[in-house]
Amino acid sequence: MMEHAPALVIAFPLFAAFASHLIGRLGSRIRDIWVFASLLLTWLFAVFLNLEVMQRGTYAYTLGADISSLASPAGFPVRIVLVIDGMSALIAFMAVSVTLASFIYSRRFMERVSGGGESADRYCSLVLLFLAGMLGMGLTGDFFTLFVFLEMTSISSASLVAFFRKGSSFEAAFKYMIISAINALFLLFGIGMIYSQYGLLNMAAIANEMVLNFSFLDKVALSLIVSAILLKLGSVPVHMWKVDVYQKVPSSVAVMCITSSLVGIYVLSRILFSVFFSMSALTGWMIVCLGSLSIIVGVSMALPQKDLKRMIAYASIAEIGYVMLGIGTGLAGMSSTFGTVALSGGVFHIINDALDLGLMFLIAGAVFYATGKTGISKLGGIAHRSASLSVLFIIGMLAVSGIPPFNGFVSKLIMYESVFCLNPVLSVIGILGSILMLSVFVKVFASVFLGSPYKGKFREIPLSMTAVMWIFALLIILLGLFPGLALDGLVSPAVEALLGHGIYMGVII
Amino acid sequence: MDGKGSSRIVRNVTCMLSVPVMVFGLYVVLHGHLTPGGGFAGGAVMATFIALFMVSFGKDISRRLDSGPFSVSESLALLAFVGIALLGIQVTFFSNFLANSGLLFGLTVPFGTNPGFLGTGGVTPLMNLAVGLEVFSGLSLILIVMFRSGGDGDNA
Repeated sequence: MMEHAPALVIAFPLFAAFASHLIGRLGSRIRDIWVFASLLLTWLFAVFLNLEVMQRGTYAYTLGADISSLASPAGFPVRIVLVIDGMSALIAFMAVSVTLASFIYSRRFMERVSGGGESADRYCSLVLLFLAGMLGMGLTGDFFTLFVFLEMTSISSASLVAFFRKGSSFEAAFKYMIISAINALFLLFGIGMIYSQYGLLNMAAIANEMVLNFSFLDKVALSLIVSAILLKLGSVPVHMWKVDVYQKVPSSVAVMCITSSLVGIYVLSRILFSVFFSMSALTGWMIVCLGSLSIIVGVSMALPQKDLKRMIAYASIAEIGYVMLGIGTGLAGMSSTFGTVALSGGVFHIINDALDLGLMFLIAGAVFYATGKTGISKLGGIAHRSASLSVLFIIGMLAVSGIPPFNGFVSKLIMYESVFCLNPVLSVIGILGSILMLSVFVKVFASVFLGSPYKGKFREIPLSMTAVMWIFALLIILLGLFPGLALDGLVSPAVEALLGHGIYMGVII
Repeated sequence: MDGKGSSRIVRNVTCMLSVPVMVFGLYVVLHGHLTPGGGFAGGAVMATFIALFMVSFGKDISRRLDSGPFSVSESLALLAFVGIALLGIQVTFFSNFLANSGLLFGLTVPFGTNPGFLGTGGVTPLMNLAVGLEVFSGLSLILIVMFRSGGDGDNA
């Protein structure tokens, strides 16, 4: 049974999503237990994947084959192949963990904001589908399956954006739908170009072909695919959809949206490191430039925002920029030491982003739960009503801005030092971005949490929500004090997996 | 189109057409592994009948179409698809455990040119059936929801 974990980890949330709609008819309590149990099982599968990768190294799982490890029986791959290596196992683990946390958080949250009933059934199904899409993107080894799962995340998250059924949320969802439809066409067009040349869809097999005959058409395909994925993860020239989406989506789902952006980063690095590695110097500089632009634009746009969630959304664009900076430097300096160090900083920052920005969105959700508002100017003096929320906000704020005892500092310091070797200006941009980020959040902290006590109605924040936020905060402190835990256990296998394109190809061919 | 729908001729022809349309849809679904088409195309053909019914009978009757059963059958069809894939788990996920087994759809395909045998293909026809049911119920649900909200002339 356990050797089928790569397939089951995707299949199980799918099955649970379709079943939760039927089980919801039996009662909301049974449905919640069902969704929680299936998420827990998926989480155990993801943990198992990580342990398995540590023992076996990179391995493939072929769907429908007689022997699961036999990916290409006739010399080339004919079936859908899932490839599990350090990086994809890490991404799968992260996606499931965040979804599990978000589901625990969302039980009371959604009860208050949506009223339960059939809309809660729909919420559970969509969240599970969203998770299945992210896991599929993380584990797949071929381009077409990637396209299918990318569409799945887009459609399920667009439905979640429209969840509140208000004019403005419909507008954001419609915008997102249109943009992801165009995005999907770009991706499909790029995949078609590659398929027409090699007759292959498997990434490793295509990479193997490209070693010998790399054509101009491949470069066109590369630009189409990369632009589609950049749009999916919300880097700067194509970030406009992200802010509306993050503002309108329920806060518990915003955490998952952040994770799906990070899965997008993974897909980008998988394609650039494992398939188009011969172009790494050019693509690396491109990703570095877009990353630094994202930092500058994200932070400077976060400054004037008047809505808490909108501001965190701009901060998340900047944080994605840091990950791109690390990964781009890893690409540009692929064979050098500073490149490897920058890459490990970037991969570590993927984990830290999910925790830090996730915590910020959960706090914004808790503030909304308690007061019913997210406008910064309408709030004030919340620290008088809930001390624990303000402590959590301070932890999140310092972690996002990269201040020492927290995890953001570690990954950012690794990046400042290694990116300096590529070009000193990049470190300056990085440090400047962090300082501005701190000023953004200090301003918000002063106007939302400090001041005279909050006068309006303040609902008590339930234990399940507080507990999830504290788990995030404790992980932030833990990774800040003992970064070796993550760097040795999770990050370095992932970095090895990204850099070892020979091993990646060898599993399939 | 007011509540009454189309003329008596159109309505009668719709009723007469219901059987051929459904049979053709099922044919496309069932022969998915032999001829062009398959679950999606056949399911869409079957859902066309629901559209035809709504257009010819107008909103008075169409409003009474209940979305509940369609919703349930949609979920069941999706569960069946994943379930069939899971049944092959003793070999691999999605493994075709029925092909060449002599059981349902388990005939061995004879060598050489042949007209195509329905009893071959293993789990592929079963998955086609699941997809056909899913597409039929999904598209019908979309039609029902759109008919309900669009007919009033407001932007609900």
